Amino acid sequence: MNAQTLYDKLWKSHLVREYADGAGLLYIDRQLLHEVSSPQAFAGMRSSGREIRRPNSHLLVADHAIPTRRPSDGRIPNEQARAQVQLLADNAIEFELAHFGMSDARHGIVHVIGPEQGFTQPGITLVCGDSHTTTHGAFGALAFGIGASECERVLATQTLRQTRARNLRVCVEGAFTSGVFAKDLALAIVGTIGASGGQGYAIEYCGETVRQLSMEARMTLCNMTIEAGSRVGLIAPDDTTFAYIEGRPNTPHGAAWERALDYWRSLPTDATARYEQEIYISAELLEPQVTWGTSPDQVVPITGYLPDPSLQECEMASKKIARALAYMGLEPAAAVEGIAIDQVFIGSCTNGRIEDLRAAAAVLRGRHIADSVQALVVPGSAQVKRNAESEGLDRVFIEAGFEWRHAGCSLCVAMNDDRLAPGKRCASTSNRNFEGRQGAGARTHLMSPAMAAAAAVTGRITDVRTLLQGRPAGQGAPWKS
Amino acid sequence: MEKLTQVTSIPASLPDANIDTDIIFPARFLLITEKRGLGRYAFYEKRFDADGAARDDFVLNREPWNKSSILITGDNFGCGSSREQAPWALYDLGIRCVVSTSFGEIFEANCLNNGILPVMVKQVELAALHEDAGCARELTADLVARALVRHDGTRIPIGLPEWQSQALLNGWDEIDRALKEDCEHTERFEIFQRETMSWLYDNETRHT
Repeated sequence: MNAQTLYDKLWKSHLVREYADGAGLLYIDRQLLHEVSSPQAFAGMRSSGREIRRPNSHLLVADHAIPTRRPSDGRIPNEQARAQVQLLADNAIEFELAHFGMSDARHGIVHVIGPEQGFTQPGITLVCGDSHTTTHGAFGALAFGIGASECERVLATQTLRQTRARNLRVCVEGAFTSGVFAKDLALAIVGTIGASGGQGYAIEYCGETVRQLSMEARMTLCNMTIEAGSRVGLIAPDDTTFAYIEGRPNTPHGAAWERALDYWRSLPTDATARYEQEIYISAELLEPQVTWGTSPDQVVPITGYLPDPSLQECEMASKKIARALAYMGLEPAAAVEGIAIDQVFIGSCTNGRIEDLRAAAAVLRGRHIADSVQALVVPGSAQVKRNAESEGLDRVFIEAGFEWRHAGCSLCVAMNDDRLAPGKRCASTSNRNFEGRQGAGARTHLMSPAMAAAAAVTGRITDVRTLLQGRPAGQGAPWKS
Repeated sequence: MEKLTQVTSIPASLPDANIDTDIIFPARFLLITEKRGLGRYAFYEKRFDADGAARDDFVLNREPWNKSSILITGDNFGCGSSREQAPWALYDLGIRCVVSTSFGEIFEANCLNNGILPVMVKQVELAALHEDAGCARELTADLVARALVRHDGTRIPIGLPEWQSQALLNGWDEIDRALKEDCEHTERFEIFQRETMSWLYDNETRHT
């Protein structure tokens, strides 16, 4: 038998039928549904009178439109948001599907709660009407984002017709230096591959560095895969994976666990398998990364400088850079360190997990945010929030001047109450620095939670490594007044 | 889905690379749960100023491009969020064909599910089409003949796979087709999977 990659194995094990043109009909094991991409799918099911093929393979949760300041009476103030969230709950009742409401202890962002519940498992196919479904690839699951029409198709048929992707291996070796995290690696990879470079590929993250990453860090890495244009980011399941999922509500127990484990251990890429493309990255050389533009691949190390459109050889590249700088209100060739910010956001499906909050709190402990800054921390789930509170992290954030909120997508996507005003600049741990992503006219710099915490303290984009050297609060950077 | 065989229009040029689905359909309008009537929100921040007045500097606000059915875009058009509101809004605006060197993959699939033809061309071809659009020269996207036909009769092939072409040409409802053609295959798969990976059936979610 031919040597296979992890992706090949996941593809083959879910192939319901193969078509002459090489496309395949894939069986979908699990679907997460949220309030934004599911209403039209359920409306379609209702009007066509179709039945849900496998009701117990779906899980519903509202996250995008949820206010992170929970109303005391449980009633969402924004009428449209309230109706949208209610519609999801109503659909769960009508179609008899599992649903976690806003006040449920298991509530949170789809890509945080899937793994928390053990809904996400190695070896499965998992889809969601959300591009960051790549997150679940961290468990060795074939997980990808789809549109609302495809959500409906999965409800009705449990299958999707797909084109098989090519294999791209991103191999990372070496240890992170202090102040460098999975987010920096993810941003550096997106910068290397480019915003569309991953199209047509399933990316597998390999190498000793990746093996050493925790599940939280692996999820951050896989989460950002879509920002390189690829819908699938994968990491082979290993003992770290199994230790994370063992004993969770939806994972197998007893003898079934042992059988599953045997199967999961057969999933990693065969030693002689070939990838169509390979990229090598040395983690030791990585510095903290910051985006400067309006696409996640417009990224530089914290010690770097913004590009100069006049120095570009290609006119198209020059225009692209000039446009991004103009939107961001930045000067060509300026240092990225020192750019003044108005807002800090720590959270999202990229960086809203317990480790992310710990990393930010480690920077903030004993320090206070700059007067000019408004700072928000939003745990990715109710469980992350409880865990953080049990560790006293909420106190660290609150004493530093942060607002401590309830779980939701929050400021990652400007469709709930958390939005930036035009022209406001945000140091953000989310995944997209698109124009208007955090509010019309708002400016986003993507970075790690530790870097966002450092920016909060100084009021400027700051090399977190200077704050991690045990200096007293506020003296980590020369511009702190 | 409405059939799509041929579209003829003066195309509109949106040359910027990486026009993401947040630009095509800004997030705050995602609170709308309908899929019809979204055209008014398409490219909202580009089309309208802060007071809601149409901006003259946006191509789709200007004659003759305000009637375009074909968009000539920049690289990686429709990247980012999976929101199907983006193609719904484009369709409502009258767009039936988008042309680029590459598309966000989820956006491309969403277009095909909504009667919009995505055409991938080479960089040099794209440059020529942008020029045509700027000069208001008509373009035909002929899916039957599998070609974009320019004003001077030159043709650029449409390389869409057969099954996707057929779905557009016939206006197929993909779910209906799947229910008719695939059910037996799916049942066989489930029987096999239940035998070999029973834990996937014993640890499901539950409606409470």
